[in-house]
Amino acid sequence: MSAIPKLAPRAGVVERRASILAGLAALVPPAALITAEDERRAYETDALTAYRQIPLAVVLPETTEEVSAVLAFLNREGVRVVARGAGTSLAGGALPTEDSVVVGVSKMNRILEVDTANRTIRVEAGVTNLAVSGAVSHLGFFYAPDPSSQLACTIAGNIAMNSGGAHCLKYGVTTNNVLGAKIVLMDGTVVEIGGKALDAAGLDWLGLVVGSEGQLGLVTEATLRILPLAEGARPVLMGFSSAEDAGACVAAIIGSGIIPVAIEYMDRPAIKVCEAFAHAGYPLDVEAMLIVEVEGSEAEIEDLLGRITAIAQDFRPQTIKVSRSEAESLAIWKGRKSAFGAMGRIADYMCMDGTIPTGQLPLVLRRIAEICAARGLEVANIFHAGDGNLHPLVLFNANEPGGLEKAEECGAEILKLCVEVGGCLTGEHGVGVEKRELMVHQYTPVDLAQQTRLKSAFDPAWLLNPNKVFPLEGRVLS
Amino acid sequence: MSVLLPASEAEAEAIIGEAAAARAPLAIEGGGTRPTGRPVQAERTIATRALSGITLYEPAEMVIAARAGTPLAEVEAALAANRQRLAFEPMDHRPLLGTAGEPTIGGVAAANVSGPRRIHSGAARDSLIGIRFVNGRGETVKSGGRVMKNVTGLDLVKFLAGARGSLGLLTEVTFKVLPEAETETTLVIAGLDAERGVAALSAALGTPWEVTGAAHLPAEPGDVSHTVMRLEGFAPSVAYRRERLAAALAAFGPAELLEGEDSRALWAAIRDVRLLAAPPGKAVWRLSVPPMEGPAVGRRLEAALGSRLLYDWGGGLIWASADETGDAGAAAMRAAAAAAGGHATLVRAGPATRAAVAAFTPDPAPLAALARQVKTVFDPAGIFPAVFDAA
Ligand SMILES: Cc1cc2nc3c(=O)[nH]c(=O)nc-3n(C[C@H](O)[C@H](O)[C@H](O)COP(=O)(O)OP(=O)(O)OC[C@H]3O[C@@H](n4cnc5c(N)ncnc54)[C@H](O)[C@@H]3O)c2cc1C
Repeated sequence: MSAIPKLAPRAGVVERRASILAGLAALVPPAALITAEDERRAYETDALTAYRQIPLAVVLPETTEEVSAVLAFLNREGVRVVARGAGTSLAGGALPTEDSVVVGVSKMNRILEVDTANRTIRVEAGVTNLAVSGAVSHLGFFYAPDPSSQLACTIAGNIAMNSGGAHCLKYGVTTNNVLGAKIVLMDGTVVEIGGKALDAAGLDWLGLVVGSEGQLGLVTEATLRILPLAEGARPVLMGFSSAEDAGACVAAIIGSGIIPVAIEYMDRPAIKVCEAFAHAGYPLDVEAMLIVEVEGSEAEIEDLLGRITAIAQDFRPQTIKVSRSEAESLAIWKGRKSAFGAMGRIADYMCMDGTIPTGQLPLVLRRIAEICAARGLEVANIFHAGDGNLHPLVLFNANEPGGLEKAEECGAEILKLCVEVGGCLTGEHGVGVEKRELMVHQYTPVDLAQQTRLKSAFDPAWLLNPNKVFPLEGRVLS
Repeated sequence: MSVLLPASEAEAEAIIGEAAAARAPLAIEGGGTRPTGRPVQAERTIATRALSGITLYEPAEMVIAARAGTPLAEVEAALAANRQRLAFEPMDHRPLLGTAGEPTIGGVAAANVSGPRRIHSGAARDSLIGIRFVNGRGETVKSGGRVMKNVTGLDLVKFLAGARGSLGLLTEVTFKVLPEAETETTLVIAGLDAERGVAALSAALGTPWEVTGAAHLPAEPGDVSHTVMRLEGFAPSVAYRRERLAAALAAFGPAELLEGEDSRALWAAIRDVRLLAAPPGKAVWRLSVPPMEGPAVGRRLEAALGSRLLYDWGGGLIWASADETGDAGAAAMRAAAAAAGGHATLVRAGPATRAAVAAFTPDPAPLAALARQVKTVFDPAGIFPAVFDAA
């Protein structure tokens, strides 16, 4: 197992399991309480599968009132709570502890109200990301943040992680697209913040809760902004002989006043693996590839792609392939969107998620290659080039003794590098358990104390997801 | 009343640390152009104007950072030189409030000052990606940074944006920026009442043609109303969308066009609420409601208070005047906003009214309790202004 230390269990909780379960059983219907070991095992991990821990119990409430009753009870009993959506976190955000009760919102998955005139939708937090867009697409609208995991991941998880997606360069991430939420605090208090108006009175509670990784309360409902669907969208694929050229091309596109909906970058190893998997027609002889997508009417798309390919000429492109049809667009995106799956077929991998100032890309890619080579590992890089969010996929062999540890070392070095060049540890996946101990590289003790004191204001006994986000040593609580 | 002018974070830390030890309240001032809320009872003011200067500007990365006291005009000029801008189009409060002085970039962040483009590109808090601030313990804290995507730890950036100095003194702010539009055009439909006007705005905002401003200006004496929608972008694209939008809105009446400079002047006037600047003796309120509720709220205010109105944000932002007598319309404004699921803020009033009438909508009980705890976390000695005038 790996180097990330474990949080010590709260004294006496595991021993009191029987009475805690009895208390929970009095609050929710039998089908909502999972106690058998083989059923609890389904909740022992998330998408960071190297870490596993079976929880005390799992509760799947169906209403905010049930959530409130469960939290109030567990608060009185001093029992830790780990909130859970679909368990797709790549940072171990939903990883339980042995003394915690997992409270999942997966049964709270109803669409409550669609209001196209006000351009909002109100949903229960367990609804999947894709189901939100699905509920409004026939009306010509969509929900903008589109993580690649959107078929499975929930709005609750998206809010907790402030998730992004390929299209956030133009439309922003979760925090820019949430207008209201219903939140249950650890003592069971239900608070409602925001609504259909474009801003709320008082402090920006919503801004604080989005991205708070289940540290402050449990989100049960949300009001989201929906936007009109564009008339159409089409990508161009461009190959370059160096990271410098591709990076400079991105800067020139942005400098010309164009904000594409997406600018995705893949390096040679990523291109190779994705092409072998998806047969997307990617060029195999280039060092760097950009997928740039623009939106609008046919004429607007033609105009913008014309401007972009003209700009690219200054950077010695080796390939330029403008998609001419829906089928070609799908193929171009299929390769990119299946990147994680494709990688998973050839090796175990760790998906990192740092952000860097985009101008530092060539330097950072060189250093990443060195960091991995020094440990005999390979790496493929996928980059949201418009906003600087870098996903190095560190390949390793989990069956080899020490394989995971080596990959984790590389990951930690890479994230420290991101901070060193002016970026951050995580752009969209969250800190979770994975990057908890690295927080000291981005924040001073004073910065961290401000955050941990704020958490204490919401959750004085640190019962909510306490194993995450903040380094275990030196937590300042008041 | 003395004014303290720290020229560095270290100096700000020292001033605030001493004030905390003495439990001596401090008022906070940027440019002093937006005095809203109860006048702060403090012997001393800490002003940011000596904390000035752009500290980072990378046009290709669409990011700018500046010390809090940097004049907004300096930031906007630097951006304009590279054909970029702050996407959220911050309001200049001087014409409405009759204040003098230079608005600062820190004040824009601290009050989350956003203009008409909020409807399309988000508020100031959506563009703000990093802050440094001195908390009430006299410690400098950073949150966020200079990169657009950052989910590392709790988002204090959003939490302090709009907190009006109640949690800390912002010392440096970092914004993401966007390219300026090559051209802009405004469609104007005349003669609609508020219900039809907001319906037209809603229809426009529901199209794929990316309306970046959507306002309804009710009829002034001797004139008709104007419902206005702005399109921005590259010329061929704007020309195309203008045709499509006019066709989509044909049922609301013919659309006239305002181009270039005329369009820019109109939106600057809407942004700065110039329509309600005169007469100066009236109180002016800002109501934020679900956009489709705007007209009903407006009707209530017209009936109860004889308010003059301006609708922005597709109907969701209402500026409303009231006589500055009694509660300056507070009860009626609050009731109308609350009934619609929104809130009301008293933005302009004389000092006597501001001392007597709560400017901000009070939090419901559970949030008020949280706000008190949070205030203690950031400002244990209680030296900064109260959170939205809370007791
Ligand atoms: C193949 C794959 C691709 C991915 N692509 C992307 C991507 O493109 N962009 C991106 O941003 N992420 C991506 N992710 C990461 C992940 O999908 C997101 O973080 C997602 O938002 C998690 O949602 P979830 O419902 O699975 O939450 P979970 O994994 O169940 O939980 C995530 C966090 O949210 C907390 N939480 C859950 N429910 C609540 C609640 N009700 N109240 C408060 N806190 C709660 C949990 O405690 C945990 O800390 C990807 C993951 C995978 C496996």
